[in-house]
Formats: sequence, structure tokens, C-alpha cells
Amino acid sequence: MSILVIAEHDNVDLKPATLNTVTAAALLGDVDIFVAGSDCRSVAEAAAKIQGVGTVLIADSAELKNSLAENVAPVIVALAADYSHILAPATTSGKNIMPRVAAFLDVAQISEIVEVVDGNTFVRPIYAGNALATVQSSDTPKAITVRTTAFDAADKEGGAASIKETAGAADAGLSQFVGQDLTVSERPELTSAKIVISGGRGMQSGENFPMLEAVADKLGAAVGASRAAVDAGFVPNDYQVGQTGKVVAPDLYIAVGISGAIQHLAGMKDSKVIVAINKDEEAPIFQVADYGLAADLFDAIPALSAELDK
Amino acid sequence: MKVLVGVKRVVDYNVKIRVNSDQTAVETANVKMSMNPFDEIAVEEGIRLKEAGIAEELIAVSVGPKQSQETIRTALAMGADRGILVETDIPTEPLAVAKCLKALIEKESPDLVILGKQAIDDDSNQTGQMLAALMGWSQGTFASKLELGDGRIKVTREIDGGLETVDLKMPTIVTTDLRLNEPRYASLPNIMKAKKKPIDVLTPEGLGVDVSPRLSVLKVVEPAKRQAGVMVENVAQLVDKLRNEAKVI
Repeated sequence: MSILVIAEHDNVDLKPATLNTVTAAALLGDVDIFVAGSDCRSVAEAAAKIQGVGTVLIADSAELKNSLAENVAPVIVALAADYSHILAPATTSGKNIMPRVAAFLDVAQISEIVEVVDGNTFVRPIYAGNALATVQSSDTPKAITVRTTAFDAADKEGGAASIKETAGAADAGLSQFVGQDLTVSERPELTSAKIVISGGRGMQSGENFPMLEAVADKLGAAVGASRAAVDAGFVPNDYQVGQTGKVVAPDLYIAVGISGAIQHLAGMKDSKVIVAINKDEEAPIFQVADYGLAADLFDAIPALSAELDK
Repeated sequence: MKVLVGVKRVVDYNVKIRVNSDQTAVETANVKMSMNPFDEIAVEEGIRLKEAGIAEELIAVSVGPKQSQETIRTALAMGADRGILVETDIPTEPLAVAKCLKALIEKESPDLVILGKQAIDDDSNQTGQMLAALMGWSQGTFASKLELGDGRIKVTREIDGGLETVDLKMPTIVTTDLRLNEPRYASLPNIMKAKKKPIDVLTPEGLGVDVSPRLSVLKVVEPAKRQAGVMVENVAQLVDKLRNEAKVI
């Protein structure tokens, strides 16, 4: 039996999280991708080019346009009989839909796997990543979400999968999409950026974030934040890095004015190189930082910006 | 309107957890336990609906060991009216909890069920969505704002790109995100009053629910520790290290 990956997309573009999920799936068997959406042919065509994908299944109907879990889950359930494992990236969309699928199938879900041991056995973080549990499931199929930072992206070129239409959805009549208020940014996406610069409570106000943005633009970096900065209203919720926000693992993570609560560390401690800038020399963030600078960020960030121009 | 909220007893979020010596679980003996923080937000939201005159009754339920009564008692002290414990010593998985909650919904017929989006122990983020599936109800996950209408509810959800609003048919399941509200502390008089509020104790067997685990935990280990690096003197030195030593910029 093959492995089904649920594609993450916005009906136009295939999102990179799908590529990491394909890599995890390929460790389990032959991979098919399912694209559920509306006018989403371009997504299916992109998915068909991913290296190592057998078939791309597409369900194209108006009811699937906004990825409402109530409408999408039954379509996935209808495909489940042909698959041993169903995987989705652990994005807010995957987290919303997959447990609904699992419950319909009466199977446990294995959330946010970071390692595939074998077809039944997976490693997943618990307690904000302060422990790693190896769990085994005897359910069929297995419903899984994948922590994308733990798997490399599959090659998005070179594949030549066939595209097959599947039945669309009926409106479950339970939910309607009203609207979205998305953060518009020219900077890279937080979860796939090579460099991330995040601000915490030490930033003091949202008005000081442009200082970080100036540095971010020089580095081609994404801007993130700690929970404290989001709760204080400095920046929107989608900036949050941590246990219950986004998990990132860039080549370089720069934590500015962030003390380093375990809930924040959970979201960034797998970064390759960590830099901490904080005026409190005792801040726990320095215990995980490769390079620490004990300094007032209001001096250090403008200086950093100037130094990068040299 | 009747509102049901779920509360889970977990290791307090301030505790630095340890894996036990035989690497089978995280040590929970003699560790401070508290209500899951997302569930506090759920309880608070239920209380606010009561205070706004929208909800008549708020029921706090938990599925877990005997000591979960203390967690329910906390919810009662915050302002819930009564509690129900589905008592089991079996470590509960989200699907099993969802099945117990379904059985309680069938007894209590609430219009709205509010759960935390995830518990900070197993970080599963599943129970609400599973319960919605089992009930055939709508789901408003990761909620940062609720607006109740006539038989409908508008839920603003925290999603990866920002915020999304959905309009759901009630009854429904809502799961809380951090920005929904700021939970209150229970006052001393309310803690005293809560002692007199009733808690029903039921069992999964009594509800006809099989809670045996579907997953077996083979091993629990601590992740590799990150070594602390070096302190640099100034920004120039930092940039030099990033360019020439780490080679990341």
C-alpha cells in the first residue's frame, strides 16, 4: 500500500511544507499526493513535478476552496482505504484537518513526527521538545502530521507523476468561510527562511520592530517574535515562534531581547547557529546561543545594521 | 445555553521536566501539577459567556486520574457551576478522551464545547478536532475571538499566515489559542465556595467507552543538549564570527 501526502497550498501555489512531508513519506513507501481545493490545477501540476511522487490526486470543487476541515476531511477519508499512511505537514491547516480524519477512521493520530523509525514506529517531541517519545502504532491507516523542520525538502523538479481526478466534496453544511487577514510581507516565510531574526519583550513596542526589519532586509531574513512580544501586541500572532506557535530551524537564528523561556526555545533550538542579543547577561537564551552579545539592543541593532553594510 | 469546557491536569508549565531513569516516561511523581494553560483560557471564555448572560450553565469536565478532581475544583473556583470527572488511571490518548467527551455531550446536550487547542504535556493538538468529527459537528480551532449569533458562531482563528474567520453552525467545538482572553485567578472566597459545588465521578466503562491506548510508548529520552557557545565583545566581532567562522551570512 502507498503513502498519501496531503498537499499544503492556497489554490495557486504549492507550499514548501509539502516538500518536507514528501521526504518523510518516502521513508515509508511509494508516495501519492492529494490536492483538495478549487481551481487548483496549477498546484497539482507543481506536485506532479516533485521527485519520487507516483500519482497526484486532485479533488477540485468550490466546497474545498478554503480548506474548511468539515468539507475536506470526508474527501480524505474516502481515499483512505488505499493507503497505509496518511501524512500532512504540521501547519495550522494540517493540524486542523488531520485529527478530524483520524477520528472518522477511528485511528490514533501521531502528531508532529521528527523521525521515521519504521512503518509503525515514529519519534515525536513531547513537553515542548524537552523529551522525545518513540511511539508505535498498530492502527491502519496511520494518520500522521510531520514537523517540517525535521525533514529536508524533496526536490521539487524532476518528477513526472500522473494527475488523476477524484470525486469532489459536498458541502457538509456546518461551516462557512468569512475572510482572512493575512500578514503581507516581501520577506521569506518564517518556517522556510534560511535566516530568522526575532524580537521579544525587550523590544518594548511594536514601533521598534522596523529596526529588526531593517536588519532582516539586509540578510534576506524573516522576522519572528516571542510569545511575550505577540501577547503585548507588538506584532501579529503569525510571528510567534515557540511550542504553540511556529517551529523554525534556519541556518541562523538571531534572538533579540528574548529571555529564552523553554516554550520559546522549543520553537527554535534546532537552528544551526543561534545568536542572542540581550542586556541581561543571566538570560537563559545565552545557554543555547552559539554567539552571545550582552548589550542593549537599542545600541546593538543599529550597530549591527551599519556593520552589515561594510 | 449550556457550555461545557474540558480541563486537563498536566505538569505545571514552569517545571523543568525530567525523563525517568528507565526511559519510559516523564517523571510526574512529586512534581507540581496544574491546569493545562489552554484549558484555563477555555474556562475563562465560558465564564465570560455566563457573565454576558449568554450561557446559563458552565460545566467543567476532565478525563484522567482521581487527582484531576483538583483541576476541576480550580475551574469551579474560577466560576464554573459544576464538574464531571471521567476517572481512569490509564494514560489517556486524545481519541479516547474525545470518545468520553462525546458520551458526556450526549448526556448533557451542551450548545458549545470549549477545549484547549493542545495540552502542554503530550502537545498532541487533536482532541477538539476528533470530538467534532465524532459528533459530526463544526470545529473552530485555534480561536482568538468568538462572536455568538443566533444558532451560529463566528470564530476568528490564528493560522500560519495571520487570522481567519469562519462562521459555524452550532452546536460546535471551539479550541482556544493564547490570545482569546487572559484567564482570571480564583479569589479566596470563590475557592471556598467551589468546595461546595458538585463533581460527578463517572468511569469510561460506565459510559461504554474503551480508553485502551492505541499507541505504545517504546522509549522516552531527553534530546541532545545544545552547548553554550561564546560571548562576543561587540557587534563587529559578532558579524566577523558569523561571516568567517560560522559562515552563515
